[in-house]
Amino acid sequence: MRNKFAECLTQLAKTNEDICLLYADIGNRLFNNLKEIAPDRTINAGIAEANMATMASGMAQMGFRPFIYTITPFTTARNFEQIKIDLAYANVPVVIVGTGSGLAYANLGPTHHSFEDIALMRVLPNMKIVCPADSMELEALMPELLKETGPVYLRIGKKNEPQNYSDIPKLTVGKAHLCREGQRVTLLCTGTALHIGNQVADELLSKGISAELVSMHTVKPLDTGFLSTIPADKLVVSIEEHSLNGGFGSALCEWFNDSDWEGKVLRFGIPDTFIDQLSGPQAARDRIGLTAPDITSRILKKLSL
Amino acid sequence: MHDNTIINQVRHQLVDLSHQNKVPHLACALSCVDILYALYFHAMKIKPSEPNHAQRDRFLLGKGHAVAALYCMLAQRDFFSPDDVYSLGQDGSAFEEHPGVNSPPGVDNISGSLGHALGLATGMAKASKIKGTKEHFYALVGDGELNEGTNWEAAMFAPAHRLDNVTLIVDFNKLQGTGRSCEIMQLDDLAEKWRAFGWNTLEIDGHDVEQLKAALSSDSSVAGKPKAIVAHTVKGAGISFMQDDNNWHYRIPTLEEVELSAKELGLR
Repeated sequence: MRNKFAECLTQLAKTNEDICLLYADIGNRLFNNLKEIAPDRTINAGIAEANMATMASGMAQMGFRPFIYTITPFTTARNFEQIKIDLAYANVPVVIVGTGSGLAYANLGPTHHSFEDIALMRVLPNMKIVCPADSMELEALMPELLKETGPVYLRIGKKNEPQNYSDIPKLTVGKAHLCREGQRVTLLCTGTALHIGNQVADELLSKGISAELVSMHTVKPLDTGFLSTIPADKLVVSIEEHSLNGGFGSALCEWFNDSDWEGKVLRFGIPDTFIDQLSGPQAARDRIGLTAPDITSRILKKLSL
Repeated sequence: MHDNTIINQVRHQLVDLSHQNKVPHLACALSCVDILYALYFHAMKIKPSEPNHAQRDRFLLGKGHAVAALYCMLAQRDFFSPDDVYSLGQDGSAFEEHPGVNSPPGVDNISGSLGHALGLATGMAKASKIKGTKEHFYALVGDGELNEGTNWEAAMFAPAHRLDNVTLIVDFNKLQGTGRSCEIMQLDDLAEKWRAFGWNTLEIDGHDVEQLKAALSSDSSVAGKPKAIVAHTVKGAGISFMQDDNNWHYRIPTLEEVELSAKELGLR
């Protein structure tokens, strides 16, 4: 996804001279093409993420549309107060890009894991949260982000994420995207968990259970118009590569609780623990049960089948 | 009006405001009055009738708790009336104790959390360099504020990018919230620190308007280098019984103390 991000940004920057990139000294050669067409707008802010966020606010206040880019925990948690004040309160059109989100950097340990970023960004007024499932969703959403007038957190993966589409889907920020229709279960997935959801839908189908699959690429604002159409007798399942505390599933539960909806939500994500000594993302998913077989069996149990 | 007339009026209003509206941080505001005067009456290209003019110079206030001094100075510069400032800290007032997004005209940044102003100035200055515009960006930070590491991130970025359109002024009053700033963190030699970071650094008396004017003038600029002015100041400056007394970081003056201050400032 990070290669697609660099490619899309380069394309957009060709015609939009207000776009600029600030990155915290990562992405060796990733932005070479951008540097070629916009050398002065490709800015290495140094390994200084807090100042990077503040500078981006300053640049936005002078008319630019900055993207700030580094590995997720360093551009969400380390600089959180700068994001709160200089981006969210100031309400400026800066896109915060977290790369290698969720378990993408599983083998690099908890310093590089981001299980808390959605929770952090979600609590900030004015902030939108967009989590594409794969490079095609990212390509669809990148131009949409430039329509925003306030800050957006763009949560992306690393590389070689499995594709969920054969063509670029048509997506709008804040609107759920229906991937598969189904009657008994609704699988609401955000980010790279869409791929897991797709496998779960297949496994359920093989057991004779029809499951709807929805990409909730926008976590904030939630597409409440869509959520309110889900019948209460349908089992709602959320899947995300983020802590179960405060993430996408939490947001769903909060909304359902505050609405008149009377159904049940079954949440899948990362438990309230640090995870280390991992060889990679799949090892992490296996260890915490964030896999299609684990999720399917819990759904079947919930349906008492 | 004479320099001192305006400066003394601002100092008086600050003392009176603190008393009437029960707003603390009086000594912090008093220490930067002369600096703000030199900026708003001599250095900055601004038009009070068009406070949001795109080509205006910007002032980024670091020590947001001293914003009353900025409000009073902007009033003297006709951005609004001095009477307007008496809504300071009242429910629904644009004159907040820390400036926010709904600040009165002339206020260029949100402040209150320390260590943001220099980064904002640096980002704005970088934007201006890319676009080839001519604004200048002034950041005022306290010496205590320099405890915040973000200042030093910006301090390394600005000279690397040759941002000679940035001027930092340190209100070096030697006191922070609970003690002597040089004892809490090793600030000395502060001017040498900025020189070592690659800044065109000047060290002046921050209460001497002529020295301030000269330091803020482009005559003392160096092409390709951001400028740092280490302005030696006194917390509570101008009022004998507040000067260098850190109780006045939080203390509110009594009516008698307001009167005594007014006399000292030659306004009674």
